[in-house]
Amino acid sequence: MTTATPASTPSTPATGQPVLEARGLVKTFGHVVGLAGVDLTLYAGEVLAVIGDNGAGKSTLIKCLSGAMTPDAGTITVDGNQVTFRSTQEARLAGIETVYQTLAVAPALDIASNLFLAREERRPGILGSVFRMLDTGDMKRKSKQFIDELGIRTLQNIDQSVETLSGGQRQVVAVARAGAFGGKVVILDEPTAALGVRETGQVLRLVRDLRARGLGIILISHNMPNVFEVADRIHIQRLGRGIGVISPETHTPAEAVAIMTGAVTLEDVESGADPELAGRPEGSPPPTQR
Amino acid sequence: MTQVVEEPGTAEELLRPRDTPARRIHEVLHRLPALSPLIVLILACIVFGLANPRFFRLENLSIVLQQAAVVGSLAVGQTLIILTAGIDLSIGAVMVLSTLVMAKLVNDNSAPGIIALLAGIIIAVVAGTINGLLVTQVKLPPFIVTLGTLSIFTAITLIYAAGQTISLTSSSLITWTGQTIGGGGFNITVGVLLMLLLYAGFAYVLRQTAWGRHLYATGDDPEAARLAGINTNRVLLSAYMVAGAVVGIAAWIQVGRINGADPNAGLNLNLESITAVVIGGTSLFGGRGVIVGSLIGALIVQVFENGLALAGVDPNYQVLAVGVLVIVAVAADQWIRSVKS
Repeated sequence: MTTATPASTPSTPATGQPVLEARGLVKTFGHVVGLAGVDLTLYAGEVLAVIGDNGAGKSTLIKCLSGAMTPDAGTITVDGNQVTFRSTQEARLAGIETVYQTLAVAPALDIASNLFLAREERRPGILGSVFRMLDTGDMKRKSKQFIDELGIRTLQNIDQSVETLSGGQRQVVAVARAGAFGGKVVILDEPTAALGVRETGQVLRLVRDLRARGLGIILISHNMPNVFEVADRIHIQRLGRGIGVISPETHTPAEAVAIMTGAVTLEDVESGADPELAGRPEGSPPPTQR
Repeated sequence: MTQVVEEPGTAEELLRPRDTPARRIHEVLHRLPALSPLIVLILACIVFGLANPRFFRLENLSIVLQQAAVVGSLAVGQTLIILTAGIDLSIGAVMVLSTLVMAKLVNDNSAPGIIALLAGIIIAVVAGTINGLLVTQVKLPPFIVTLGTLSIFTAITLIYAAGQTISLTSSSLITWTGQTIGGGGFNITVGVLLMLLLYAGFAYVLRQTAWGRHLYATGDDPEAARLAGINTNRVLLSAYMVAGAVVGIAAWIQVGRINGADPNAGLNLNLESITAVVIGGTSLFGGRGVIVGSLIGALIVQVFENGLALAGVDPNYQVLAVGVLVIVAVAADQWIRSVKS
């Protein structure tokens, strides 16, 4: 499996086996169809944006992938192995982390404690096994190292409690937490919706850094400039179906919005724009970019 | 006529939070929630010592500690609950029920001390589990749950006691906590030591174990804790169960202290334990505070009562003083909790 080269733009999406793949996902709520057979493919080292109007099934799709919901039909595979998630904790154990729009950090705890929240490390030996003592020093060291590696300059003091941070810095902590320590896939659900321009920039920079580390990232966003800034491919949801995957290289934000809202079809756009891409079945590795 | 106009600073300079003394004090208090109660305790000791030098006699100080032992150990359990943003109004009633179980088993059934002790602790854990299940499974607010169980446990206690107060004649394991140790005027009981051990143990558990961190995180922001992967219901239920076990140990200390069980003895302990926790700097909104603060809080209440009595002040003013302390402590907490980033 290949990983993308750090921060080179345009980045080359990885090929080979997808890190996360969904086939024919169906989810209904009584008579309401949330998902009507959605396919989605994510490779390591790429950012796949998921866009769609309200009610297009974005949230349902993400909830199925993150373990918050179980689909009625369809399969999900992680690294080629079929999985069934009954809880977000199970998805997390399989390497799929989700960051929510709401700032999911514990305000009174410091940055290091937040990074390790719910996966604390204990001291080796009897101190850890019998006395359940946490290895605070080691967790701090690893947090510091991780934050340094990612070059997150905005977080200087890992002993700082999270409540003293700005909204953007908190979201950086939440995203870093998701990307840290063995995760494969990070799902970001509107991560910048509550943030200002500069803070959004901090979060998007971190998203690129995590991609450079070889993680597969799914980004749900309403913000087209953000999507076109970081995404390698864009999955468009409409009325419970995945109606196509486009590349920000070949399509404009205006075209993406037009397809998303049903003003034009993907074929309409592509007959004029990119005949090669139009013939590609959804889910196969994207063509190499020019 | 000339007027001196101060040079206006740049916008950035004006907007930057000024490093005023108040801000620095705020930062320190925010970081060390037990600091302000500690200062109050020290100042109170100095003032009462000046008012009546007998205050500092070793005999008197050991009395203060002995009087703080039961409330102090109950406050350990109460701190666990309040850290989860809950409250336990039934804690004193459960303790009294537990003391009756212990004393009755020894007195009426001639049960061995260890059996009576275990039975008393188990009853307290069961009571805590009932509170915890109602909070986590039936999703009722802790205030309402424990307001209800306060009446229920009080009624069970009075029915079970049938109006009797039990005085134990022979010594047994359950009265061991009343034994004094020490010398030279400074006499503490086994119960006082047990209370201090509880504080040391839970200071460790809350600071050094994952359970402690999860307790803080759950009280701080339950939704964030859940999204982070913490099973918040399990943390909450376990907090009520562990608090129940602590209440059982508090009951043991109480049996030793009064050498028996009195069904009417613990009526004020429900609120006194909350008072100690709140004065000790733990936030009623959960997630903030340190357990040693509750020990300081319990001592402050006892020092005020003892010191005012020694100073010859009408006992009614002692109650008044404690009330003022509670309001000042919560007001201080509001200020300390506010964060300026």
